[in-house]
Amino acid sequence: MTLSLFEDRGTPLNQQRFTWRELAGKPISKLDDDAFSRVRVILMNGIESEALRFSHAAARFNLELRRPLAEIRRVEQHQATMVNWLLGADHSPLETTIGYEQVAIEVTAALAQNEPDPYLAQVYRFGLLEDFDHMYRYSALLDRLEGKDSNNILQSYTDVLPGRPTVVEHRSPENDLRRPFDRNTAAPLTKLNALTLTAAEHQTHDYYMNIGPLFADPVARQLYAEIASIEEQHVTQYESLLDPSQSLLENWLMHEAMEAYTYYSCLQQEANPRLKSLWERMLNYELGHFHLVSGLFQKHERRDPQEIVGERLPEPIKFESQREFVRATLASEVDLRAKGADIVGLEEEPQESIDYRNHMNSQGSPSETVAAGYVWRPGTEVLSRAHIRAA
Amino acid sequence: MPQSTDATRLGINRTGLQMSPQHAKEMLQTEDLLDDESSGAQSSPGDEQALALARQEYIAAADPLGSIPAPATLKGAAKTAAKMLTGRRSQVFIDKLAERLAFERGGARLYDAVCAKAIAPSGDLNKINVDELLEIRDAEARHALMVKECMETLGADPTAQTPCADLAGVESMGLLQAASDPRTTLAQSLHAALAAELIDNEGWDGLIVLARDMGQENMARRFEQALKEEREHLTKVRRWYTQLSKEMSELM
Ligand SMILES: [Fe+2]
Ligand SMILES: [Fe+2]
Ligand SMILES: [Fe+2]
Ligand SMILES: [Fe+2]
Ligand SMILES: [Fe+2]
Ligand SMILES: [Fe+2]
Repeated sequence: MTLSLFEDRGTPLNQQRFTWRELAGKPISKLDDDAFSRVRVILMNGIESEALRFSHAAARFNLELRRPLAEIRRVEQHQATMVNWLLGADHSPLETTIGYEQVAIEVTAALAQNEPDPYLAQVYRFGLLEDFDHMYRYSALLDRLEGKDSNNILQSYTDVLPGRPTVVEHRSPENDLRRPFDRNTAAPLTKLNALTLTAAEHQTHDYYMNIGPLFADPVARQLYAEIASIEEQHVTQYESLLDPSQSLLENWLMHEAMEAYTYYSCLQQEANPRLKSLWERMLNYELGHFHLVSGLFQKHERRDPQEIVGERLPEPIKFESQREFVRATLASEVDLRAKGADIVGLEEEPQESIDYRNHMNSQGSPSETVAAGYVWRPGTEVLSRAHIRAA
Repeated sequence: MPQSTDATRLGINRTGLQMSPQHAKEMLQTEDLLDDESSGAQSSPGDEQALALARQEYIAAADPLGSIPAPATLKGAAKTAAKMLTGRRSQVFIDKLAERLAFERGGARLYDAVCAKAIAPSGDLNKINVDELLEIRDAEARHALMVKECMETLGADPTAQTPCADLAGVESMGLLQAASDPRTTLAQSLHAALAAELIDNEGWDGLIVLARDMGQENMARRFEQALKEEREHLTKVRRWYTQLSKEMSELM
């Protein structure tokens, strides 16, 4: 049986406290911790960043809720810090990037399979094949710039292969907008999934925007510019799945439910005891937030929050290799394109998208340049080429 | 790429105090302001020892970067070499082999960036022998491959990133950034390569001692050959760097 959102009231807000020492705690081991621990750390930073982002936007639209928003937001800020600071400094920004794309691939693939609404599931598979391609391009960059093997980060859970080529992922904005779910009929899991992916993609976008300029290499700078643009498209896509007629408080309630759900998923599968107790503490904080917001929701909207989020959390997100599903999706859906809100065949792609990307790519394509002829082999291309030259 | 002469031109560099005499004078008042209680600016008590102490707390609590993977069980001929690979010393050896492998591999990529500068058409200053530079690049790749083969004969996993291998990446990052920046000159890029070659020479030296300690005489001899090549790299890179720097100053 999964966790009931309404039985356990979690940690009261006034007991949700931190010290600087806690925020800057011990990082995970890049070498010894399971790649899925890093996946969880990156995902949860994305979830917390979304909590902050949403809370700020909400505060601009509602005077009455500003105070409770500010109070809970302070905790979100420190949760985000504590989680994000778990990444060790021996990850180069590019190695962390590999981790980000692993999150995008494995989490999107897991959600695509548990998504009850076939349309949203198709949208997730569509996005999946694009992040899958990013992994291939960034792996080529990691190999060709730093001489490193992306599989040291991936730990053999995730394939390094071309997907829908990044060069053709560039679409005109209207072709990134999808049809929102209906808040009245959508399953709670559908709402949670869409919000989770919006959060994950948004932080990926922000991360690339921040680290792109840290690179000296011109092709790296170009590649981050190009893929950041796709992540912006992905945010546009996933965000457009959210029903805009959800009220501010309903939205806030869903955010807290999503935070609880994702921490709960982390807690169920974490093998590192230190992380496990961290996930547990954060889950209890989120249950505290959820109850507070539930109260506000009942008070202001005079409705039962259970109607919105259901009684129990869904089955946890599966943090495990989705290799078979990804390969099957790649084989059957790589040629799909987007036409307005619909996912269509190659030949139906609107001219606007083609014109848009033809111009963007008219002075060269970074993702094509960086990965020209690239084949992932253990221990990098440097070794496999040295083989050939020595032979 | 900018010409080396461009990179050393006189201009309006704004970073120093002398560039802004009036503002600089005001900047120098800050120490007096700190002493003046009515200024509103109050320093924290203590000195840089506070930072050093905070570091000590973290060092005491820190976990290591990670571990060294245990060698796989081996069959047949490799067993003899692998037999000796137990205990602490052998872990150090594997860690250092993996470090060398990572560094040589990264070195090949560093030279890719330096080569880009050498072949860029930008004036007489960049006339160093590109073929020789490429030969160094390939030597780094061959060295990496050789270390990989050595690790395999020991049953160690050459695809694993050990703590010292991980750190080789961290240490090299600045060199790579210097060489891969399109704004840096060939001479500036060679300066990064020079630092890498100094590390390289030191690395092989240490590895030879370790190999002999482990009774791996064959390996030690292969490493000596690599060290010989690294010495040549060092000599060449130093010569190019000196030559370009000298030409640059003569042109000024
Ligand atoms: Fe949170
Ligand atoms: Fe991506
Ligand atoms: Fe994405
Ligand atoms: Fe929260
Ligand atoms: Fe070398
Ligand atoms: Fe060398």
